[in-house]
Amino acid sequence: MVERRPLLTFLTHAVLLVGVVIVAFPVYLTFVASTHTAQDIVQAPMPIVPGDQFLHNYAAALTGSEKGAGSGAPVGRMMWVSLVSALVISIGKIAISLLSAFAIVYFRFPFRMFFFWAIFITLMLPVEVRIFPTYKVISDLHMLNSYAGLTVPLIASATATFLFRQFFLTVPDELVEAARVDGAGPMRFFKDVLVPLSATSIAALFVIQFIYGWNQYLWPLLVTTEESMYPVVIGIKRMIAGGDAQNAWNLVMATAILAMLPPALVVVLMQKWFVKGLVDTEK
Amino acid sequence: MAAEKRVVFRSPWLPLALLAPQAAVIGIFFFWPAAQTLLQSFQQQDAFGTSTSWVGLENFVHLFQDRSYIESFKTTAVFSISVAVFGIAISLLLAYFADRAIRGALVYKTLLIWPYAVAPAVAGVLWLFMFAPSIGVVAYALRKSGIDWNHLLNGDQAMLLIIMAAIWKQISYNFLFFLAGLSSIPKSLVEAAAIDGAKPWRRFWTIVFPLLSPTTFFLLVINIVYAFFDTFGIVDAATEGGPGKDTAILVYKVYYDGFKALDLGGSAAQSVIIMGIVVVLTVLQFRFVEKRVNY
Repeated sequence: MVERRPLLTFLTHAVLLVGVVIVAFPVYLTFVASTHTAQDIVQAPMPIVPGDQFLHNYAAALTGSEKGAGSGAPVGRMMWVSLVSALVISIGKIAISLLSAFAIVYFRFPFRMFFFWAIFITLMLPVEVRIFPTYKVISDLHMLNSYAGLTVPLIASATATFLFRQFFLTVPDELVEAARVDGAGPMRFFKDVLVPLSATSIAALFVIQFIYGWNQYLWPLLVTTEESMYPVVIGIKRMIAGGDAQNAWNLVMATAILAMLPPALVVVLMQKWFVKGLVDTEK
Repeated sequence: MAAEKRVVFRSPWLPLALLAPQAAVIGIFFFWPAAQTLLQSFQQQDAFGTSTSWVGLENFVHLFQDRSYIESFKTTAVFSISVAVFGIAISLLLAYFADRAIRGALVYKTLLIWPYAVAPAVAGVLWLFMFAPSIGVVAYALRKSGIDWNHLLNGDQAMLLIIMAAIWKQISYNFLFFLAGLSSIPKSLVEAAAIDGAKPWRRFWTIVFPLLSPTTFFLLVINIVYAFFDTFGIVDAATEGGPGKDTAILVYKVYYDGFKALDLGGSAAQSVIIMGIVVVLTVLQFRFVEKRVNY
């Protein structure tokens, strides 16, 4: 601290507390709503302290045993779909980006720069600008309502490829020479030297991509039409239908808490890698 | 840093095999559909998809004669600028205070970064729940204090709702980048100014804020990109573009016209225009990122 100013220190705490309260309030309210009965919530104003329906609501949401106006699919299944998709997307992105970056940095071959720029240009083609034709490709390949349809189109990654390329360029050439002298081929070098060296980048990228995969919305909205293949983020939206009072808000809010939990845990528990991943992927 | 490796491996087929998975994905799911979008933007399909004819620039002409499309541009502009400016201002305030070495700074930081993990669509549902006219707590409180909140009827209130939800979701991201920016400002500069008698308020505007400008510019571009694309979930969950078309931002309109109204040509033409905007934003982003790194 530059100087001692009790008033400023007080202001600091005040501002930060207000910030934390604003950030936390919607989630607190969501949690409160998830512990009451649907009737209690629709009577304005709803209670602002947690109720006693916690176990009942979460059990009902996870198993899909009660229905409101909208869809009442079991959330347990949706969480599973989200988890599988998020893992396939994050691991897939990391795997194919590692391979591409390795090829571009450690080999000389025709069209090398062509591939490099082709990967770069995908940055400028988000789902939104090719929405209908991409949907058509998926439906022609019979990938609607499948894990492949939910994940494969999302695993190309320009940012991850660049990140690994940048990192590989900083790896000393002596390591390649040493590997060669010891008689190691390119794949041996990749597996035993490059990938272990990239461990921190991989961890950082995994955190970011897991959250990206878990939070996907537009893409699953297009390619899933069956309840059994809804990721949880889509499931919440489908549970809301019709007017305010007809929804089983207690179950919707329990589902919202469940949907937030895994990525929030990843951020909080892997905070160091999360910050590194966030900063690195924007370079 | 060297842009090329001095020592490389040799193999005629291995690099191509390594690139094959990525190349297949971007070829099938990126370039082929993008090319189709371009083609479709010059075509018109009848309602049953049985016949297709070339119409040249007609789709684009229709688009710009369509009042609702021009309105959507304005909606998007209001939305993105509000999200970017207010989001950045609030995050800078929080980051500046969190950067001061006070007790509990780490706790505050942890409590402020996790909304990054909340899916945009979930953020939309959370804010919808607080502001739902008949049951929402905040809507109730507003009504008690004399403000009649009903975003289902009032377009301005609906816009305000999605702006607040979008800012709430993005605060953590901006906050982290401002923290990184603040920690790279040499303490000696601030201390020297303090010795010269500059009060904290003055120091912030004459030293800290100018030195943060690369971060701020960078975040401005990133936030506009965010407001353009990543907020689809917020809009769809909270307002579905309504009331009327009052919160139908460009990306929402592409989706709606293509999948709900089934106007493929019109939707494709909108996609092409958005593609143009993305190219401009990406170029801007890279220029500012470069600046940021060189600073």
